Amino acid sequence: MMRLPPFARLAPRTLAEAVEMLADQGPGAAVVAGGTDLYPNMKRRQVEHHALVDLRAVEGMRGIREEPGGGISIGATTRLSHLAGSSAVPRALAHAASVIASPQIRNMGTVGGNLCLDTRCSWYNEPEDWRTAVGFCLKAAGDVCRVAPAKSHCWAVASSDLPPVAIALGASVRAVGPGGERTFPVADLYRDDGIDHLALLPGEIVAELLVPPVDGLRVTYRKIRRRGSIDFPELGVAASVRLAPEGICEAATIVLGSVASAPVRCREAEDLLAGRPLTPEVIEEAAAAAAHPAKPQDNTDLSHVYRKWVIPIHVSRALQSLS
Amino acid sequence: MSRRLLVLRVNGLAREAAVDEHHTLLEVLREDLHLTGTKHGCELGECGACTVLVDGEPWLACLTLAVDVEGCEITTVEGLAAPGRPDPLQSAFAELGAAQCGYCSPGMLVSARALLDANPSPTRDEVRHALAGNLCRCTGYEAILDAVLLAADRDGSARAAAHVAGGGDRGDR
Repeated sequence: MMRLPPFARLAPRTLAEAVEMLADQGPGAAVVAGGTDLYPNMKRRQVEHHALVDLRAVEGMRGIREEPGGGISIGATTRLSHLAGSSAVPRALAHAASVIASPQIRNMGTVGGNLCLDTRCSWYNEPEDWRTAVGFCLKAAGDVCRVAPAKSHCWAVASSDLPPVAIALGASVRAVGPGGERTFPVADLYRDDGIDHLALLPGEIVAELLVPPVDGLRVTYRKIRRRGSIDFPELGVAASVRLAPEGICEAATIVLGSVASAPVRCREAEDLLAGRPLTPEVIEEAAAAAAHPAKPQDNTDLSHVYRKWVIPIHVSRALQSLS
Repeated sequence: MSRRLLVLRVNGLAREAAVDEHHTLLEVLREDLHLTGTKHGCELGECGACTVLVDGEPWLACLTLAVDVEGCEITTVEGLAAPGRPDPLQSAFAELGAAQCGYCSPGMLVSARALLDANPSPTRDEVRHALAGNLCRCTGYEAILDAVLLAADRDGSARAAAHVAGGGDRGDR
């Protein structure tokens, strides 16, 4: 039996209490909700925590509600199956939730957990024995990146499905910490650093995802993975466009997941779409440009060559579905 | 990291166990309550062998702390059959050879039970989606899908018969 290492479990009832407990426990403590990402990582001894603050019982942190201004608030401990089945949220967001992992994991895993999912790498997500034999990597006590040994950068991959589509929707995150609360765009939650990939302040907890009114924005999400039944994305493509009545693209957002340690915005492709109609030619041009900022490494299930090659194909299909 | 006396509701019974707070439901079911029908496979959330129902929903016992499900209704494969009468799913699995080595069967059965309770007449594709988190390395899945659909058919026929016997809509169930 592969067992969890011992840890102290704290179960706050309010968010303020959770923030206080996390601060009291100091470095080495973490928050947990569904546990579907954290517990496997702890079982493989990739991370060690002497204390976990369990957010499950925190009041007011679970559920989807409409905001007075017309947007939607999604509590961080809302389960993924709830989000997937919700008709109150934009369809692309519900769809992205519905293709995360397996039914069991969606019943347990939470929105906050997916937003804060640890980055993944084929040299990191392995049992301790394997990593001891092969040698540890930068992300786990080693001194060299096994993917790109020449650089002292960790290339572990941002492998969650909600962030790209949340960014394409213009969503924000509300985080609460010892210094108070702040609300910022979802893109600002991430850093392109496989080790320190979350730009949260010390002791901060993601409390909710705030989705603005869709208001005519067309949004889609495509997920590419080996097994449609359970796998992490090998590529995620989120796209949103706002079309003028005559079909001209007024604004576009294209975000790639699983090609770096953070979601990647395709600004060049977005600029190519602005002010033009979504004709097949324009879409092809933008789709080709969308691959430019992506530099997938050879550290996931499918090869980096394949993952780079299929970006234009899936960006093109995403844009076609919006035209 | 402390030990706690927990009362878990498992298969309709209140079961008491003194458990370490960091112990998973899988450890507690198998090692403290000796309910070994729930299997341990990958223990990392990838295979579904440890699936149990928590308040009617399929969860992974290997990634659930026992202390997190105190007060919930837990159903394991041992809880599917009524005394002397297998669940229609179990009968259908046996009849159609939906188990070969049988290691995935407890998880398959409880996931399928959750599906049929929520959706008594699923399509083959809906069964496929509901069982997406349960891996089988022997059967190739087709016999399992057949068995779930057969059980759904029988459930439906039994319900229709009960409906007629009870006087249709005036039935006082």
